[in-house]
Amino acid sequence: MADLTSNFIGIISPNPFWLASAPPTDKEYNVRRAFEAGWGGVVWKTLGEAGPPVVNVNGPRYGAIWGADRRLLGLNNIELITDRPLEVNLEEMKRVKRDWPDRALIASLMVPVNEDAWKDILHRVEDTGCDGVELNFGCPHGMSERGMGSAVGQVPEYVGQVAHWCKKHSDLPVIVKLTPNITDIRKPAQAAKEGGADAVSLINTINSITSVNLDLFAPEPTIDGQGAHGGYCGPAVKPIALNMVAEIARDPATAGLPISGIGGVTTWRDAAEFMALGAGNVQVCTAAMTYGFKVVQEMISGLSQYMDEKGFTSVDQLVGRAVPNVVNWQDLNLNYIAKAKINQDECIKCGRCFAACEDTSHQAISMSQDRVFEVKDDECVACNLCVNVCPIEGCITMEPMAAGAVDPRTGQVVKEEYANWTTHPNNPGKCAAE
Amino acid sequence: MSENALTPGIIAGRLDAASLAENFSDLHPPLDDHEALVAADRCYFCHDAPCMTACPTTIDIPLFIRQIATGTPEAAAETILNQNILGGMCARVCPTETLCEEVCVREAAEGKPVLIGQLQRYATDVLMATGKHPFARAEPTGKKVAVVGAGPAGLACAHRLAMLGHDVVVFDGRNKPGGLNEFGIASYKSVDGFAEREVDWLLQIGGITIKTGKRLGREVALADLRAAYDAVFLAIGLGGVNALGLAGEDKDGLSDAVDFIAELRQTGDLTKLPIGRDVVVIGGGMTAVDAAVQAKLLGALNVSLVYRRGRDRMNASRFEQDLAASKGVRIITNAAPVAVHGNGAVREIEFEYTDNDLNPTGQTFRLPADQVFKAIGQTLEGDDLPVLEARKIAVTGPGRTSVERVWAGGDCAAGGDDLTVTAVAEGRDTAIDIHATLVG
Ligand SMILES: Cc1cc2nc3c(=O)[nH]c(=O)nc-3n(C[C@H](O)[C@H](O)[C@H](O)COP(=O)(O)OP(=O)(O)OC[C@H]3O[C@@H](n4cnc5c(N)ncnc54)[C@H](O)[C@@H]3O)c2cc1C
Ligand SMILES: Cc1cc2nc3c(=O)[nH]c(=O)nc-3n(C[C@H](O)[C@H](O)[C@H](O)COP(=O)(O)O)c2cc1C
Ligand code: SF4
Ligand code: SF4
Ligand code: SF4
Repeated sequence: MADLTSNFIGIISPNPFWLASAPPTDKEYNVRRAFEAGWGGVVWKTLGEAGPPVVNVNGPRYGAIWGADRRLLGLNNIELITDRPLEVNLEEMKRVKRDWPDRALIASLMVPVNEDAWKDILHRVEDTGCDGVELNFGCPHGMSERGMGSAVGQVPEYVGQVAHWCKKHSDLPVIVKLTPNITDIRKPAQAAKEGGADAVSLINTINSITSVNLDLFAPEPTIDGQGAHGGYCGPAVKPIALNMVAEIARDPATAGLPISGIGGVTTWRDAAEFMALGAGNVQVCTAAMTYGFKVVQEMISGLSQYMDEKGFTSVDQLVGRAVPNVVNWQDLNLNYIAKAKINQDECIKCGRCFAACEDTSHQAISMSQDRVFEVKDDECVACNLCVNVCPIEGCITMEPMAAGAVDPRTGQVVKEEYANWTTHPNNPGKCAAE
Repeated sequence: MSENALTPGIIAGRLDAASLAENFSDLHPPLDDHEALVAADRCYFCHDAPCMTACPTTIDIPLFIRQIATGTPEAAAETILNQNILGGMCARVCPTETLCEEVCVREAAEGKPVLIGQLQRYATDVLMATGKHPFARAEPTGKKVAVVGAGPAGLACAHRLAMLGHDVVVFDGRNKPGGLNEFGIASYKSVDGFAEREVDWLLQIGGITIKTGKRLGREVALADLRAAYDAVFLAIGLGGVNALGLAGEDKDGLSDAVDFIAELRQTGDLTKLPIGRDVVVIGGGMTAVDAAVQAKLLGALNVSLVYRRGRDRMNASRFEQDLAASKGVRIITNAAPVAVHGNGAVREIEFEYTDNDLNPTGQTFRLPADQVFKAIGQTLEGDDLPVLEARKIAVTGPGRTSVERVWAGGDCAAGGDDLTVTAVAEGRDTAIDIHATLVG
């Protein structure tokens, strides 16, 4: 069993799996049970200013999309920050941290954009003994209309300003949580770094409408005949989150800025992928909301087994390992040539690859009278569509061609050397190869 | 029809080697990777899962299935073996249809449970194929424990004790360890010498010495064990068999089903194993079904299984009954044996129909029989044992007997179903109690 101990911006936790700020971390009862189940840390449900708390709707607040067998793939919510009084939350946080000193406890905060408001809340949370704060600039509904949440996160200057105030008024590590509802995720990340933030976390939820009720003609979840856009999360958002994490990890302006990866983490593998792309740890919400706190046990055993297999003795050895291999399209090797290959022993002859390739790709799969499906190497452009639609994992593979062989599609000899678009003859702006 | 099919009497070679190999192949062929992923996908990761509660060893079924689904069957195997060190055998022999799979929520939803047993086998096979043993021993405690009986209860207890740092010596009267895993379980449930491989794999933990050919009451005495060891665990199973109590029971051709099965399990060449043409099995439990099915698979022409009560009272599960029927075994219920006919060797056996309260009805019938297997229950054998209760060793809590520092578990102890998995659970829990007692 590998040592999963995580040190994220000086915050030590027994594993890199934290619960994201959301209903699973909304109260002492939940957080205690989460720690018992094995979670390494929690980011407490976002706290607001003192005074009367926000109110939530009293009808459905979630919508969802499902895959086969009603597997929950995407969840959408119109919930706000905590609707319990600040004082109650603070007392509970203090008690929990006292009883669980080895787990990370982070306070998530969202107050209006003025220095005194931030100063005040920081002083209050410091007293809980929490290990750091996370600034919630992400919530895409309800709070943004009040000039908070993603309304701040979408303006890099505000992000930098608030990060700066927080560093000025507190010694606690500051994590800035970013909204994905923005064109270029690098901008708020840069602003957070310039403002002095110790780390960024991302993604918060994505603006979304999951479905429309075709009898009521209203978005779902429907409250008394109407619906509002909500925030989307769960397995469906993972690819978006992975890209945003990678963008920040490889941007020279933010390279090395610690990242807490969030968005659709459901299994150990998801977590490992985020970490390989530069996340120092991960945060989880929807997986816990779908399967309960116990789901972390698979993440722990799986990551541990993977690390043992790879010979990693610390999670840090995984963090960022894939970042150098994330490049821009123009840097990809155009001399790399592959062909799809169908393993006839595995094939169940459903014909999905044929339909996909024949109707929508390159007519590179043949079908015989007796339903034998084969790739025509002289047509195959190695697009990977057949691999993606085949129901049998590993049945169709992409086989790289060796240098020196002749590509039957182009009649050209496969070249050993690397050459990308920047030097390609068809590129009007090509630069001379050195 | 094969050449020897109609030959009367108990003869070998009713079927050729190829047919026998086919007949005695794996009852449930192992899942391949794709099948395992599809099967694992169906699990809902239930909260406080009913399947887990139904498992006598409380394996964390939702967790191990999720570990398979996420591509870590080795981790899944550890989850299983941590609770049940004979998880590989249990995956093959547990009557899942009356345990975990019976209560699976997908049984309620679609009448088709998640294939828990087969997934368990998949995971444990993957791990065991690596040859690795995932558990290590704790610091030595300096304590010595004697385990009597190397069946599932004894092995599970020995392994847990070794893991906790104790030194264990296991005594078994037979020439090979494994208990009924080796000598009792139907061949088609445990193919390719799995029982033996599993014992070897289990012993990799270290700290366990197995002494075969050492029978309590013959080579070893309880008093001596108590004097030489810090604790004793009795896991001797049920060595005896009940008698029918009929005149003519000693005629040739009548034997105990368990002996037939043991011989079958130990025979290298099934073409050499004799079987009757008309076989009658008396009993209604798993042993009866296994004997009847295997008689049929060996090439017996007619095999009847006769049980004295109604079908719903049979100890063999519905799945086992259907398995027997699908192999061509005729199941006759509400009939009790009254006489054995034949001159020296059995020729016919006579039954009388009974009502549901076992009262005779006066109506009788005869079945032709050149071979009769008795499978009407096993009994505890041995004197000089702790106090008994209902003909088994009385225990309180986790296996504590009437004798100080002597524990008992598995089939020989009172309470619990007589199943492999129950024996494992009792062996494991007793080990924990012995540990608590010894190191306090
Ligand atoms: C034919 C048959 C088929 C079965 N099929 C199934 C099945 O499919 N699924 C299932 O779950 N269960 C099945 N069972 C039941 C299951 O095998 C038992 O419940 C289980 O083996 C009990 O384990 P145990 O360790 O208590 O005893 P055993 O497995 O009986 O082991 C006892 C051991 O003690 C040794 N021993 C006995 N007396 C002495 C002595 N005096 N001194 C030293 N050693 C001694 C024996 O040699 C043996 O090795 C079957 C039983 C039979 C008879
Ligand atoms: C119901 C719900 C409420 C949430 N509330 C908050 C919140 O108060 N503060 C916050 O920073 N993020 C909040 N989030 C966003 C999550 O913390 C997380 O960033 C997002 O769900 C993506 O992770 P996931 O795919 O693992 O769910 C909420 C998410 C959900 C589903
Ligand atoms: S999950 Fe619980 S609180 Fe939510 S709607 Fe269902 S019963 Fe009510
Ligand atoms: S999609 Fe896969 S399984 Fe179906 S025909 Fe093509 S190769 Fe075979
Ligand atoms: S009851 Fe069935 S679906 Fe639920 S956890 Fe157990 S195996 Fe999975």
